[in-house]
Amino acid sequence: MAAPIVIIGAGQAAASFISRHVALGNEQPLLLVGEESHPPYQRPPLSKKYLLGELERERLFIRPLQWYADQAVELRFDTRIDRIDRARKQIVSSGGETIAYDKLLLCTGSSARALPAEIGGSLDGVFTLRSIVDIDRMAPEFQAGRKLLIVGGGYIGLEAAAVGRQLGLEVTLLEMADRILQRVAAAATSDYFRNLHCAHGVSLHESARLARLLSDGRKVRGAELESGEIIDADLVLVGIGSVPNIELAQAAGLDCDNGISVSETCQTSDTHIYAAGDCSNFVRNGQHIRLESVQNAADQGDLIARVLAGEKVTYTALPWFWSDQYDCKLQIVGLNHGYNQTVLRPGTNPSSQSVWYYRDQQLLAIDAMNEPKSYAFGRKIIEAGKHPTAEQVADPATDLKALAMG
Amino acid sequence: MANITWKMEDGSEISADVKDGLNLMEAATANNVPHIEGECGGCLSCATCHVFVAPEWLAKTGEVDDIEDTMLEMTDVEREDNSRLSCQIIASAELDGLVLQVPEPE
Repeated sequence: MAAPIVIIGAGQAAASFISRHVALGNEQPLLLVGEESHPPYQRPPLSKKYLLGELERERLFIRPLQWYADQAVELRFDTRIDRIDRARKQIVSSGGETIAYDKLLLCTGSSARALPAEIGGSLDGVFTLRSIVDIDRMAPEFQAGRKLLIVGGGYIGLEAAAVGRQLGLEVTLLEMADRILQRVAAAATSDYFRNLHCAHGVSLHESARLARLLSDGRKVRGAELESGEIIDADLVLVGIGSVPNIELAQAAGLDCDNGISVSETCQTSDTHIYAAGDCSNFVRNGQHIRLESVQNAADQGDLIARVLAGEKVTYTALPWFWSDQYDCKLQIVGLNHGYNQTVLRPGTNPSSQSVWYYRDQQLLAIDAMNEPKSYAFGRKIIEAGKHPTAEQVADPATDLKALAMG
Repeated sequence: MANITWKMEDGSEISADVKDGLNLMEAATANNVPHIEGECGGCLSCATCHVFVAPEWLAKTGEVDDIEDTMLEMTDVEREDNSRLSCQIIASAELDGLVLQVPEPE
């Protein structure tokens, strides 16, 4: 029998690839290998509803376990792959098992960056947030009245801060840059979320550099800042970004540069191997980028299924993202990389607004806070290649639908 | 529990019993209904779970709120008066027998 298409990494990209492969009627057998004990699941709710305890585990699964059996997809969970033998077109598991592949998909994702152990990163009560297991471990610690310290003011840290406050914890958040979300958003968006979190009682410190975590024996009990300030904590969540899981690809000699380098069809430097999702680095508008998002993982997985089925398609999807914090729904469309101007569009009520990113006159991206019209019509505007003026966008009387359709 | 039927453009149908409390996007992906993706997991950001509700069922499936109404502008197949995002329809005994038409993008 012909060797299967083997997918390493049971996440969003894998699920999307399998769904499209099945929908296209491609009968080549599939084998999905994952390190975790679950079928592919949605990660975004982990730092939101799942941590809040509002969503049962099975509802995280992108497809129920039975679905894979129904589609004759072979599953291998709790399995770590140690090596790719490209010459023999096979992979080797940590248990020594050899698995042959016809095509190989690397959907290995990314890992949460940890604090160095020298400054307390491996103490008890210090968590990172990436997987179901991470949440199952930390959720029992999220008890009203406890002191939660969050290191890092990115989306993960902010979402966890919101959950912490909703569950009645005392929450302190440290951001070493001069504002939260500095790496990913404009000052106006940072200002909005700073206000939101402060209004909900988060003690938010920007330009705050952590010196080290403090402990009683094995257990974390607080943090010391470079300024000498001491902050008490019963538990610490580290949300300082993530790193792509490229060790396998690197060891196999595939081209890597901040991720596994792929072509516009998600092919790596080996024509039998593809990569999708957080671990892939691709070219968009002449720039090498790596995206950590559901949209990117799902669309790249989908694309590879089409490519393997013989479709002539390339990856050109418009990126989009979202975040939920308290009663704020943030929706983002486009990539703001390289912006040199932002325009604030007031919303229909005090808690809503959108931030439009421009490079000169070119509209790049939109952050929409409780402002779905800016997101939905903004997406149409960007997709249509239109570039409304700053004056048009800043005027709340401007009808975005008309701009999008006109 | 509600028995839900998804109808395709080619006339084929998929029916399934759906547990109370699940939304009909989840139910569709679990039952391999084509063209229902639900990329955003039901948080009203992707508009990939668009369905047409048989008119006699519209009232029972509930109100379309402002966000859903806006997101319906983003569907691949243009919205109609009976369009819904199926992640916003929650299964209950009330909906037993519901029929949904699945739009198929070109």
